[in-house]
Amino acid sequence: MNWDFIWKYLPLYEKAALLTVKIGWAGIALAIIIGILCAIVLYFRIAVLRRIVSVYIEISRNTPLLIQLFFIYYALPKIGVPVSPEACGVAGLAFLGGSYMAEAFRSGLEAIEPIQMESALSLGLEKSQALRYVIMPQAVSVSVPAFVANVIFLLKETSVFSAISLMDLMFTAKDLIGLYYKTTESLLMLVVFYLIILLPVSILGSILERRLRHAGFGS
Amino acid sequence: MPDLGLDVLFKGKNMLRLLGGLWVAVKISLISVAISIPLGILLGIIMTSKNPIIKAVTRVYLEFIRIMPQLVLLFIVFFGSTSALGINISGELASVIVFTVWGTAEMGDLVRGALISIPKHQYESSAALALTPAKTYIYVIIPQTVRRLIPLSINLITRMIKTTSLILMIGVVEVLKVAQQIIEANRMSSPNAAFGVYLTVLLLYFIICWPISMLAKRLEKKWG
Repeated sequence: MNWDFIWKYLPLYEKAALLTVKIGWAGIALAIIIGILCAIVLYFRIAVLRRIVSVYIEISRNTPLLIQLFFIYYALPKIGVPVSPEACGVAGLAFLGGSYMAEAFRSGLEAIEPIQMESALSLGLEKSQALRYVIMPQAVSVSVPAFVANVIFLLKETSVFSAISLMDLMFTAKDLIGLYYKTTESLLMLVVFYLIILLPVSILGSILERRLRHAGFGS
Repeated sequence: MPDLGLDVLFKGKNMLRLLGGLWVAVKISLISVAISIPLGILLGIIMTSKNPIIKAVTRVYLEFIRIMPQLVLLFIVFFGSTSALGINISGELASVIVFTVWGTAEMGDLVRGALISIPKHQYESSAALALTPAKTYIYVIIPQTVRRLIPLSINLITRMIKTTSLILMIGVVEVLKVAQQIIEANRMSSPNAAFGVYLTVLLLYFIICWPISMLAKRLEKKWG
């Protein structure tokens, strides 16, 4: 193990990790927004939009992110939509993540039985109050495990960004392996940096899950 | 209407070549799934063990494999095997190894989840009905676990197929690589080939994965 090498190229990895995190979180934030909108459309069965959302969800869930990125980055410019690598990364992640988030939120909403709403209304709550105090707290606690799994899944998926020439962790590692043949060192740093990014999210997620598990009624 | 570069697909054997590339990815995922399922069932049963050491070891294996991006695992096996062990393995073999290790972890977790989700009263009721432990497993526990597991394992196949698109990054010639070659070869005659070819690749993945995930969804509803 060549520690001087590791020390020397640490800043390169830091920069790459920052890029991964920045694009990752931007994409996830957008994915959450898309997910909420799609879940609402599906839950309230809004005509026409419901069809579009279903088609989007099926396409997004049944194709790999790498191909989606290739399509956005290399194919869209051919029909006059030029995309920068960063924008492509964010857009790809949002496109993929939106459907996963939508499914998480929708299953949360649908897990709450209609009797909850009916009981709340019969107790004299307004519909908005029932949503705010009865439905939402339970729906959120039901969707938390899926939500956390999705966040980790999407952060992991950012590893393919090097395919669209973003200088992320994978790109840096491959570059260093190719240039200096310091494979062990480069791979070690790669693993360590991914652990730094992903472990806190995973630990935080399991704490959150444990704390919210008892919020559901009757379980 | 702009030129969408769809004509390239019908030139020569381009479409067949794309399908051949897709088959490479699908083959690797099917082999990996076939090995992962029995290993995963074994791992899942081992994970329900009460032994703290076994619990800790399987837990660390599971968490590490699941938290690392699959591409990192591919890099570790593909590049690491050469530098650490001095052996040179092909991209295909590295892919099968990684997807098997990953699939086993995922399958193991599914099996463990299915096993512990069988309520205790099922065992107790069987005992009250004078079933022997073996009969309890054969007639009561296993049929229920299998019903829970089949849709989830089918889903694992689609996840595996989607993830095998990554093997491009360790130099395996699969559908995306073929797509790149076709686009490159036709860059003069049809400059917009990228649109048509990548759209086709996207659709090909969809055509393979969508029916499988529909089947999983239907079984989940039927047995859920």
